[in-house]
Amino acid sequence: MNTVFDGALWFAQLCLVVAMACAAFRLIRGPTAQDRVLALDTLNMNCLLTLLMLGMRSSSTAYFDMALLMALFGFVSSTALAKFLLRGEVIEP
Amino acid sequence: MTTQLPLWVTIPGTLLLTGGGLLTVIGSIGLIRLPSFFARMHGPSLGYTLGAGCVLISSMLTSSALLDRAVLHELVIAACIFISSPVTAMMLMRAAIYRTVAGERGTRPFGPE
Repeated sequence: MNTVFDGALWFAQLCLVVAMACAAFRLIRGPTAQDRVLALDTLNMNCLLTLLMLGMRSSSTAYFDMALLMALFGFVSSTALAKFLLRGEVIEP
Repeated sequence: MTTQLPLWVTIPGTLLLTGGGLLTVIGSIGLIRLPSFFARMHGPSLGYTLGAGCVLISSMLTSSALLDRAVLHELVIAACIFISSPVTAMMLMRAAIYRTVAGERGTRPFGPE
């Protein structure tokens, strides 16, 4: 039964690799700045899911903490970048 | 994976992992293929919320079965993602609308397109 689950894990990780390649392409190519911010957010989410899958594979809890930190910092960084694009300043006086 | 997973974990876990992987890759293909930024916005924000939900539920099932108790840590990540993803999408959308309008008027104050 574990063979099936391992296969699903491999499949999902391959899907995430393809998704990361797509996001990296948009990050490099993106015609506008907001495209690049969106691609960076997507890449961050991909890394989070990859860490979760590594945690499932190795049944260790360290990966969970890393994924939680990536979720928190990804939100902060994306919001700061969007605010910068909107106003030209992140923290306004 | 050394220990044997029970059947009630394997079947939903496998289905959820496969679905989550497919949803994320569909969202990312949308990020490449769609024509304008306002269309591209939808792919990741919709696909990733559901894909991450699937993967998180699967991870919760697996670690609960491996540790023989209910492991609910992943709910914290799920709450973070489900709260923060729409907020990020909305702020990016406002920035994009502002920059598009200002670029058409020629009054964009800073930065390249």
